[in-house]
Amino acid sequence: MNEIEKTEDCCGHGGEGCSDMEKKARDDKGLGMGVIFFIVAFAVCFLSGWLVFPKLLYSSKEQPFNFDHALHVSEMDGCDSCHYLREDGTYNGIPTLESCMECHDVEPLGETEDEAIFCEKYVATETEVPWLVYSRQPDCVFFSHAAHLNGKNPMDCVSCHGHIGESEKCKPYEENRITGYSRDIWGKNIWGIKKNPWDRMKMDDCAECHLEETGHQGACFQCHK
Amino acid sequence: MKVDRRSFLGLGLGAAAGVALSPVGAKLTDDSSIWTQTWFLTPVPEDGEITFEPSVCSLCPGKCGINVRKITNRPVKVDGLEGYPVNDGGICLHGISAIQYLYDPSRVKTPMKRNGDTFESISWETAISEIKQKLGDIRKSGSASKLACVSGDDKGSVAQLFQRFLSAFGSNNFYTMPNLESALALTAQTMHGEDATIAYDLENAGMILSFGAGLIEGWGSPVSCFKANASKKDRGSKLYQIEARLSNTAANADKWIPVKPGTEADLALGICAVILKEKMFNAEYAQYFGGNFNKFAAMVQNKYSVANVSQTTGVPEAEIAKLANLFVKFNKSKSVAICGRGKANDAVSLKEFAAVHALNCLVGNINQKGGAWILPQNEYLQFPDVVTDDAADKGLSAKQISTSATGFFSKIKATSKPDIEALFVVNANPCHNLHDAKYITDVVKQVPFVVSFSSFMDETAKQADLILPSHTCLEMMQDLPSGSGVTRQVVGLSKPVVDPVFDTKNPGDAIIELAKSFEGSIAESFPWDDLEGCLSEVASDIWDTLSEDGHVVVSDKAPGSLPSVDFSFLAENPATAALAGDNNEYPLILIPIDNMRVAPGAQASSAFAVKTVADTVIKGKDGFIEINPATAKNMGIKDGSEVKVTTPSGSVVVRATYFHGIMPGYIGMVQGLGHDMNNMYVADKGVNVNELITPVFETGSGLDAAFGSVAKISKA
Repeated sequence: MNEIEKTEDCCGHGGEGCSDMEKKARDDKGLGMGVIFFIVAFAVCFLSGWLVFPKLLYSSKEQPFNFDHALHVSEMDGCDSCHYLREDGTYNGIPTLESCMECHDVEPLGETEDEAIFCEKYVATETEVPWLVYSRQPDCVFFSHAAHLNGKNPMDCVSCHGHIGESEKCKPYEENRITGYSRDIWGKNIWGIKKNPWDRMKMDDCAECHLEETGHQGACFQCHK
Repeated sequence: MKVDRRSFLGLGLGAAAGVALSPVGAKLTDDSSIWTQTWFLTPVPEDGEITFEPSVCSLCPGKCGINVRKITNRPVKVDGLEGYPVNDGGICLHGISAIQYLYDPSRVKTPMKRNGDTFESISWETAISEIKQKLGDIRKSGSASKLACVSGDDKGSVAQLFQRFLSAFGSNNFYTMPNLESALALTAQTMHGEDATIAYDLENAGMILSFGAGLIEGWGSPVSCFKANASKKDRGSKLYQIEARLSNTAANADKWIPVKPGTEADLALGICAVILKEKMFNAEYAQYFGGNFNKFAAMVQNKYSVANVSQTTGVPEAEIAKLANLFVKFNKSKSVAICGRGKANDAVSLKEFAAVHALNCLVGNINQKGGAWILPQNEYLQFPDVVTDDAADKGLSAKQISTSATGFFSKIKATSKPDIEALFVVNANPCHNLHDAKYITDVVKQVPFVVSFSSFMDETAKQADLILPSHTCLEMMQDLPSGSGVTRQVVGLSKPVVDPVFDTKNPGDAIIELAKSFEGSIAESFPWDDLEGCLSEVASDIWDTLSEDGHVVVSDKAPGSLPSVDFSFLAENPATAALAGDNNEYPLILIPIDNMRVAPGAQASSAFAVKTVADTVIKGKDGFIEINPATAKNMGIKDGSEVKVTTPSGSVVVRATYFHGIMPGYIGMVQGLGHDMNNMYVADKGVNVNELITPVFETGSGLDAAFGSVAKISKA
């Protein structure tokens, strides 16, 4: 006869022959196990959610080769030498190979391994560099750089993109396995908590800034056409 | 240690609480919502480099400059081209839809040959060789004149190459579909004896007296007219709209003067009579009045007295006198009178055009700022003489069958032995767009050999024996001269902004290829390799600028000299063509309505344009007639109910919609609908009003002047 059957024999038929104390002791013991299971399960799931889940959710990819933003910013005098608004108000985004080749050629400009990769693999073969774009928004989002860079109070690049212009190394590109978009949109913090405005690029972040600057968080159709 | 039910409960609750307090739930919810947008069925345009390519739109006679936005060579948007002399950045809804024509489901994707009731694909080589064989047989039998061609217009090198092919082959039977430009040229010829066209300086005119011209319904060069209309308030200009129905233009005008349709010429002559009687005509310009001016003056004062005209037109006598005074004395600047109902690409009457032009002559606005300009035809194309042989000379000695496309089809008739052996149709859809469309279709069916150069399997292409599919507007290189009443004479160059989507050709290249497949004089008349080679030679004076800048302004000023005026045609008081049919049997009059959102030309409306049409024009697949509630209530017809409309040409079932803006006794139906094409977005919507109208031919000009049809309606 196992433990459970014994319990039923003793208390299952109206508790004949069992004292109140014994009953209470057994109840407490059952509750105790439940609490232990609760705590263990809670701890495992809570910690997994915080520590393991992010690692499972994002894959890490390296850029085709390292790009030294700091060097280029100093050489080219600012972000807008390569990332600029066209005359018609559209934004060029990541420069094309043709833009890069305005300075670079098949012969490397520098001696770094990255420069060699760029020249051999892309310039020589006239292949566009498949850059992984940290700030690419989902296709359902329309964002106008012109609206944010022109006008009375133009924003600076750092407000949204952070200090990427000062970086010498490209950080790994973390891709969300479910959505296919960059981790930088949601933010490094898995709970979405940010310290700086550029830590996240979600809709709430846009709305927060719009509310602050314009007094209204904006309407749906402004970004979702 | 016992594992009991509580343990499991604890486990479950602990796991749930752990997950709930971790970011998993919120993050997965957010991610899954984004994930649903990445499903493979969600259309996502490719990212890429954005470029713009300027070109010229050929969808309508407006010939506006366009700027095509492309992403990695894929056209995604069409804008108006800033600075283009015709439209200066403006564009209409058909122009912005030009991209939809590229992927239209009814496009003909390869050359096609009829096989019984169906078509089979063939190669371009086979198609050209078959046409050469058939046409060669016709020439050998001494019947070169039995080749005819119906074209959308006769301007530009593509149309003129087709006309040249017919001449080299030995036929005079080249016809254009009814259009404003032809009517203006005929008017200039009749009133001034010049090979010229008439343009209207609407953007500087003080008072525009419009005899039904739909300035915001697509008349002339639509965007140019929109702009002139939009600026009239700032300029202190006035628009007086004389029209049977409260069109958008009439509603937008400073004054709407309802008139019985078909009596516009009478009203114009009545106003002329007042001006002459009161001696208000321009004495300075009167010295240029030759040819029977006195006879004309006497005739109009005799036949078109205010009382008579009021009786005919339904316009009050006082209104006619007031209009005459206002037209002459409008103090801001010159007044100008224009005509051509709606888009003016339907029926036109030379009497009406000449009568309205007589008003311009009397007020002396000819070649003046804000007036009517008599511009020499834009002869930038200098083709060498056509080389002909005996067969061609014999064919060219035969008389042209008619002076108009409708007249041509009416004369060749659906007999077992037609007067025509072969027919080319280019940039036109006569089986849908000409009056009595079903009859025209029967005639085309009887022609032994029909070659269509249409981009789409339209009503006429369906009757063809061979289809040589053309590029659409965005795929094609061609020269496009402005016209249709625009004062700036511009030649634009349409450029291929995208590689051909299907196995199609430029019809200019196709006709050169066909001509070169012949030996002898026909090939000699076409010494060029392709259309571009041809243009660089025959338009050599302007070619460098045209190919570099995309357009050439030939002239943008009024001619310095004043032309003489010949009133002989009007002095004879030509008869007004009356509608065919018995008024007792058919007590109502059906008039076609031009709607800016519906394209009535060679190309049907785009899917986008159809979606913008009001539900009193199309609802689902149902078409409508407009009817005045007074007329409808007399007949017991309710708003929205189905009615059967019958005319001498046929009958259709449509729905009735009440409209106080149409005169009692008249019904109106939008034209350009009721297409029979493989395009679910456009076809089978409404009915084709042209199937209900019987052509009537104006004596003298031979033009189809049917402004509508007698009709009757009954509950369906």
